[in-house]
This record gives sequence, C-alpha cells and structure tokens, in this order.
Amino acid sequence: MIRLQREDFDIGAEIAALTRGRTDIGAVATFTGICRADNEGQRIAAMTLEYYAGMAEAEIARHVEEAQARWPLLGVTVIHRYGRLTPGDNVVLVVTASSHREAAFAAAEFLMDYLKTRAPFWKKEERAGGADWVEARQIDDAAAERWEKPRRRPEAAE
Amino acid sequence: MKLLYFAWVRERVGKPEEEIDPPANVRTVGDLMAWLSGRGEEYAYAFENAKVIRAAIDHTHVKPDMPIAGAREIAFFPPMTGG
Repeated sequence: MIRLQREDFDIGAEIAALTRGRTDIGAVATFTGICRADNEGQRIAAMTLEYYAGMAEAEIARHVEEAQARWPLLGVTVIHRYGRLTPGDNVVLVVTASSHREAAFAAAEFLMDYLKTRAPFWKKEERAGGADWVEARQIDDAAAERWEKPRRRPEAAE
Repeated sequence: MKLLYFAWVRERVGKPEEEIDPPANVRTVGDLMAWLSGRGEEYAYAFENAKVIRAAIDHTHVKPDMPIAGAREIAFFPPMTGG
C-alpha cells in the first residue's frame, strides 16, 4: 500500500493494518523519517516537500515490486508526506512484513535507499537566511547503488 | 507535448508546466534542454548546468540521450531529496 499525504500517520495503526488477522507474519520492520531541526549546522524552522504527482506513486510502486521480487514479503506499506513540515514531524514511513526478520529489515532498507534517490520529492528548508532547496547527497546515491550489485540472499533466520 | 518543472527548475523557469511544440531536429531529452535554453533568460538560467538536471518521460526516469518522439509528458527537475 502506497500513500502520499499531507496528514500525519499513525505507525501503530499501519502495523496493525498489515498484520491484523494473519498468523503467517513473523517479523515487521518499520522505518520512520523525521524532520530534524538542523542540517549541516544550520537551524531549520520548517521544510516544504514538493513532489511529482503521478510519477511519485509510480516510482515507489516500481520499487515495492522490486522489493517483493527480491525478498519473500507478506506486506509493504510506504507513506510519504508532502507540504510544510516542522522539526519533530514525521516525513516518511516504510513498513515491511515477512515470515522472518532478514527479509523485513533488508526490504525496508532497500526501499528507503531508493526513496531517497529515485522518488521525485524535493525538500526546501526555511533557515535564518531564507529558504533554499536541499542538495542531494552523494552518500545517498552510494547507499542506493549498493543494491544494484548482485547480492547473495542470506538464509532466512528467526 | 507537456513539460513539467519541479523545485528550483520550476522557480527559475517561472512556471510549473507548459505545452510546447519543438522543431523536428530536437530529438532527445538533451536536445530539448538545449532548445529550451535558447527560449529566454529564465530558461538559460534554469538549464545553465544541464548536467545536474534530471528528466522523466511519462513518469519514468530517462537519460539525456533518450529520444522524445511519442512522449506525452516530459519533466525536468533537480536530483531528488525525498525520504
């Protein structure tokens, strides 16, 4: 399930929505991205997230499909907020469910790495000196690229 | 075809979208950026460092050498910073 929304999300409710009534899920991993009050030493009053409607949903869906092809997932939820957010606000949520933890952890990390570099979202930060667009970080590109190499899939563990 | 601009590309061009009809010799995404650059100061400013600008055709990321024939919607934007 993929949602782009202005409103906040409830992590507990999202986990419950994936696991309710099921007994095959043995592991749920969640990642929550939160708006920080500083970026590289500068105070941030707020940030505004812009996105490309239509493509953002399609791009996230492609990566969810890719994650489902790589790992034996039993459920995936991705929620990305847009609009103006202030420090402490939730920004993004990834929830992955599987029989075992390995797939849940790996798929959540994979999805976040691709969201950072491939999903068409842009952040503009409000700072003391004015507002400016956040620059993409090479470390995020490197994080996404490591998934492009063929990876041995470790045996599932409990 | 419809062009869309996002983030600082949108701010520099001064509009979020427009309909264009480029000449036949504009064949690729790279050609289109070069052609747009010649349309005025705001476009020249937006596309002055074309190497950093990313493009998508019909909601899919593409490289500058991608042909634009048949495209309905082409978007230009800076490297993404979501997540």
